[in-house]
Amino acid sequence: MTGSRPGWAKLRGCVVALAFCLAFPTLFPGSGVLNIALLTLMYVALASSWNILGGFAGYISLGVSAFFGIGAYSMGLILEHLIHMSGGYGPFALVPLAGLIAAVVAIPLGWVALRTRHAVFATATIAIMFVFQLLATNLSGITGGSAGLGYPVPTWTGDFYDKPFYYAMLVVAVVGVIIAWMVRRSGVGLGLLAIRDDEDKAEAIGVPTWSYKLVAFVLSAFVAGMVGAVYGYYTTYIYPQFVIDPLISIGAALMAFLGGSGTLVGPVLGALILEPAQLELGFHVNGQIYLILYGAVFLFVILLMPRGIVPSVGALIDSRRARRRGAPLAAPPPTQQPPTAEAVAR
Amino acid sequence: MNLSLLFGALVLGLLTGGVYGVMASGLALTFGVMRIINVGHAALVITGAFISYEVFRHLHLDPFAGLVITMPLMFLIGVVLEVLFIRPLKTDREELSVLVTWALALALEGVLGYFFGTDLVQTTVSYGNSTFVVGGVHIADVYIYGFLLAIAAMAALAALLYRTNLGAAIRATMLNRQAAQLIGIDVERVSAISFGIGAALAGVGGTVYGIVNAFNPDSHYDLIGHLLVIVVLGGVGSMRGAFLAALLIICIQDITQVMISPDWADLSFFVVLTIMLVVRPQGFFGVRVREAT
Repeated sequence: MTGSRPGWAKLRGCVVALAFCLAFPTLFPGSGVLNIALLTLMYVALASSWNILGGFAGYISLGVSAFFGIGAYSMGLILEHLIHMSGGYGPFALVPLAGLIAAVVAIPLGWVALRTRHAVFATATIAIMFVFQLLATNLSGITGGSAGLGYPVPTWTGDFYDKPFYYAMLVVAVVGVIIAWMVRRSGVGLGLLAIRDDEDKAEAIGVPTWSYKLVAFVLSAFVAGMVGAVYGYYTTYIYPQFVIDPLISIGAALMAFLGGSGTLVGPVLGALILEPAQLELGFHVNGQIYLILYGAVFLFVILLMPRGIVPSVGALIDSRRARRRGAPLAAPPPTQQPPTAEAVAR
Repeated sequence: MNLSLLFGALVLGLLTGGVYGVMASGLALTFGVMRIINVGHAALVITGAFISYEVFRHLHLDPFAGLVITMPLMFLIGVVLEVLFIRPLKTDREELSVLVTWALALALEGVLGYFFGTDLVQTTVSYGNSTFVVGGVHIADVYIYGFLLAIAAMAALAALLYRTNLGAAIRATMLNRQAAQLIGIDVERVSAISFGIGAALAGVGGTVYGIVNAFNPDSHYDLIGHLLVIVVLGGVGSMRGAFLAALLIICIQDITQVMISPDWADLSFFVVLTIMLVVRPQGFFGVRVREAT
């Protein structure tokens, strides 16, 4: 970064975006619009948290929905068995606790799964997801099994219904993005990027790869757990196959990839584009066509833009700028590429 | 403890395990050759089940005989999918392939649902109801046929890999892709053919799956977890490992089913996987290799 001006521009952008998000329910009070906005924020949080491990370290996890489900179920179970709360604003106080539970569960799971790399790691996370789906279904004495688990019903209704949940989801999304940002700026983030580039070399030069990966895995589970808890309270009734749904994991990964995995803005942008599009599409076409189109978009993104929108557009702008200056079209500055450890170290 | 029940479960487990072994060895083959995990493999199995169901229904061909149509068709589908969607992946192939094949699985599920609907169907053959009894467990004759088919398919695969030039090229590509390329093997072509063979094996598994189980387009979710666990247990890329792991784990599952409860049978899979990842992350037959860069 040269000087502080780009930093200020970024800060201004964040403030404007946040102000827009805060004013959104007032600007577009319709319940349908707010529902879409809420679910979009949910994926902003999920994609950003996925990015901590999947984007920075290149460890693709397809088990996000396991932690999403753990968050949703632990909040529901606490409300049902431990703390009897009537449906008001009280349950929102339990959201961080639900995230914490997901994070604690993630420690042993990460310890086992992170013994593997690449495709086997992805496989292990898929297995983790299926295990929790099975547990939620089979432990019917506790979780209600496939009959589902009820939350207390919120006291507010009507057009106002979505609003508190929207703000709760906004807080979780902001927390998710901030966590990703802090990780990225820290030594851990640098280590994760080194792992993505070459794990063996990173280990050889003394990066504690093992603990960094585990930290990333656990942080990612923490955010996913909080998101799940808010979502569970919002729907007031959760079922194993809908909260521990492979499509949630896939969605988070796809959005991060679309925007640009490994960048901070990418997952946010991916969620902003894809989730409203998906919901809109879901209204208009039947399930089969929806699946086909979903798969097609997915394939399109990965095959044609494996680096995602942010890095691709960044590279384009850079080459334009360079041409205007008459500078040679040599390697674009490192900041515009998905940041590599080497580039950052420079 | 009822020993005869245990024995019956063991027999059933071995017979079913053979069929899973064929599906899983297809998955292991594509991993070995192309370094990709095909998460859409189970969707290919279901596709095979639907094709063999349709062949049976419209051409009135016994599903086992119908394999002469099902297998080449599945081979073709596999080759086309590889050329269109896997070949273009140039960077970070191993990671991106997981996502691409997930997308393929979803799209296949959608396509199958569009053409065949989402109701459960089953290939109901005339001899489907005849059974024999082992240790108090009724086992359908079909399981025996399925197992024999599985053995035949594995033998054919072994013959192909170890007795033909194509097989030598496939094995060379598995050992070292770059070196294989250097000695003049067209690795892209080998990859496409391997993916096709994997799909054909999925078709074999699917044919039996469709006779034994009722299925619909989203049945692949039930299958894929199991197939992936089997492949990881066997050591990714090892077909022998995949086949043996399938026999072992389906036995464990069936024994859990009769000894504890059907609800927990599926979980036994993942318990075994966890133990394996802790004790020997590379699987039975896997070797720890440092990625060549």
